[in-house]
Amino acid sequence: MTINNRLILAHLWTAFAAFGVAILLGLWQMWVRSPLAAPLSTPDNYYLSVTAHGSAMAYVLTTFFIMGFGYFVAESALKQALPAPRLAWAGFVLGIVGTVLVVATVLSGQASVMFTFYPPLSASPLFYIGLVLVVVGSWIWCALMIVAMTRWKKANPGTPVPLAMYATVANAILWLWTTVGVAAELLFVVIPAAFGWTQTVDVGLTRTLFSWTLHAIVYFWLIPAYIAFYTMAPQAAGGRLFSDLMARGSFILFLLCGLPVGLHHLFMDPEHSSGFKTVQMMLTVLVAVPTLLTVFTVTASMEIGGRLRGGKGLLGWIGALPWERPMVLATGLSFFMLWFGGFGGLINMSYGMNAMVHNTSWVSAHFHMIFGGSVVIMYFAIAYHIWPNLTGRLAPSLVLQRAQLWLWAIGMMVMSLPWHWLGLSGQVRRVAQFDYADPSISWWAPWMIMSVVGGGMLVISAGMFIWNLVSFHFERTGAAKPGPVEYARALHPGVPVPAALNGFVLWNAFVLVLMAAAYTYPIAQFFILKPPQAVVHRVDRTP
Amino acid sequence: MAVDEISAVQNERRWALAMGGVAAVMLAAIVWAGLGLHMNPPSNIETVDPNTLHVAGEFAENNLGTHVDSAGKITTRIVTTQFAFVPECVVVPQDMQVTFRLASPDVIHGLIVVGTNVNTMVVPGFVSQVHTVFDKPGDLLMPCHEFCGLGHGQMVAHVRVVPIADFRPDGDGRVTCDN
Ligand SMILES: [Cu+2]
Ligand SMILES: [Cu+2]
Repeated sequence: MTINNRLILAHLWTAFAAFGVAILLGLWQMWVRSPLAAPLSTPDNYYLSVTAHGSAMAYVLTTFFIMGFGYFVAESALKQALPAPRLAWAGFVLGIVGTVLVVATVLSGQASVMFTFYPPLSASPLFYIGLVLVVVGSWIWCALMIVAMTRWKKANPGTPVPLAMYATVANAILWLWTTVGVAAELLFVVIPAAFGWTQTVDVGLTRTLFSWTLHAIVYFWLIPAYIAFYTMAPQAAGGRLFSDLMARGSFILFLLCGLPVGLHHLFMDPEHSSGFKTVQMMLTVLVAVPTLLTVFTVTASMEIGGRLRGGKGLLGWIGALPWERPMVLATGLSFFMLWFGGFGGLINMSYGMNAMVHNTSWVSAHFHMIFGGSVVIMYFAIAYHIWPNLTGRLAPSLVLQRAQLWLWAIGMMVMSLPWHWLGLSGQVRRVAQFDYADPSISWWAPWMIMSVVGGGMLVISAGMFIWNLVSFHFERTGAAKPGPVEYARALHPGVPVPAALNGFVLWNAFVLVLMAAAYTYPIAQFFILKPPQAVVHRVDRTP
Repeated sequence: MAVDEISAVQNERRWALAMGGVAAVMLAAIVWAGLGLHMNPPSNIETVDPNTLHVAGEFAENNLGTHVDSAGKITTRIVTTQFAFVPECVVVPQDMQVTFRLASPDVIHGLIVVGTNVNTMVVPGFVSQVHTVFDKPGDLLMPCHEFCGLGHGQMVAHVRVVPIADFRPDGDGRVTCDN
């Protein structure tokens, strides 16, 4: 049983509250872009809404969920109390203050710069300070995760760190590396410009620093889903983790390959050479490897479960899986969406083919499918999996949980499949309204309406999700008490784990070398070349 | 379940090698597409001062649009600015190599010529250069694709692709949508 349940619940409820509001904005945005007449539809409102939706989903939902889940894993997998829970609360408060600043500046129209805030567009300085506070709060979490693992290793010499915790610390370390780029951008360029201390910015430099963060942040969001794939899904399916060592290897590969690849977001930029773009493109291809390894290991782990339950033949084990368990169902749906999201990503990362889709709806489709689909559905499953533990109550209704998961997956497909071909046909993202009278784009109309319908399904599913969690808290505590969350055991426990796969010192050295190779020159070139700077453009006041 | 950890790892290693092979094939396809299909994103690292580009030089107003130089090289110069392309319509010939050169005096913009491989960011401080060949005549849509402020949605231009016979430069080598 976990001890700091209030701390964990505070984080997770903050995450899901932000999610619940942001998804309503998302539906309204789809409606505005569609040929249907939407209320309050002005460009000001639209860009305000897109900024709020992106910031809430990409920064608030993710960061708070990952922190809360990390605290849960640290207590339940290590079976020890969290070090310094007061510090953890301090991190939470910093994150809340930051979130309030972001929300206040965005809602008052002083920060309509999108969650990517590309200079020289510039918002109220409080918006950026809010983001910094959220990040600083998460750094405290990173430190606590590392300390928790280190203490446990001291107390349990010779025993491998449980996989769920090892992966959580991998994510904490990944996040520390990831945030270096955006922190440098904010502290040295963006915030001084927002305060008016500097009048111009080096735009190429800011884009490059942001790219440092922009890819690896996706792996930060994704790793909790992978932790559930490896340690929760096989357990729920009655199986065993096929190979503990290879699971560790996959998380290390995410740490190594997730970082030195950010330039793939700048393929269509004029400030970098083909040489460095190509190098980072090649590294990007490598990040497919840990995902494919995961698909294999997790499928094999589930197969063990299916066969232990009497499944026979080549595929008979699939039918024998306990699909009525939300964790198993969510894993299946997540894998299904992963194929679509993965295929879309393959096109994005192709140096040449990217030209067909860069900054079109294809890109929005890709990250909604892979993040909103494959990853967030696992956030739901994790919540369902650990809520009994956090509240001491059994799930009020598994039927509603399953219905919610199905509706989410179907809604995501209905919403984002049309975006793929609209993007290929030249529909750009982040535009409030289209002229459907133009004969070359009038055929988009029915597909846009289909997306609105998909968005509506997602909103209903989100509402069901919130309801499913809230109803736990109102459930009466009966005689039946939920047991503690168990993590999947390896097929053959007790296999010695090499020291390298039980710590991170070696891998940090590798990351340092890779990042130095990938980013030293692309960043240094701006100090050598000294390109002309651009004048800061404030969005929150008229010049 | 006669699978021990060693053979499990061996299985996984085989799978990892196979996936490494898949990654290598993907890489080969990407390189082939990049080189073979002449899909070369802008990577020219050429600087220009956003604050003075309209005053004189290549991006002064009278130099914008399509121009054929004495050697027959066709260049289309466009300035992307809040919230319009200058000029808002450009003419290019079908089946000939065309070079786009773009610059921004204010914030980041971007553009895609719908249905072609022309796609680039326009970053203040740099000139974006893209080469392409248009294989069909017609009016192509060219929207701005990077959020550049409240008027971003109105930023749309056209590329008019004409058969070579209809592509007639004037005495200075210029071709515009009006003539
Ligand atoms: Cu990326
Ligand atoms: Cu724009």
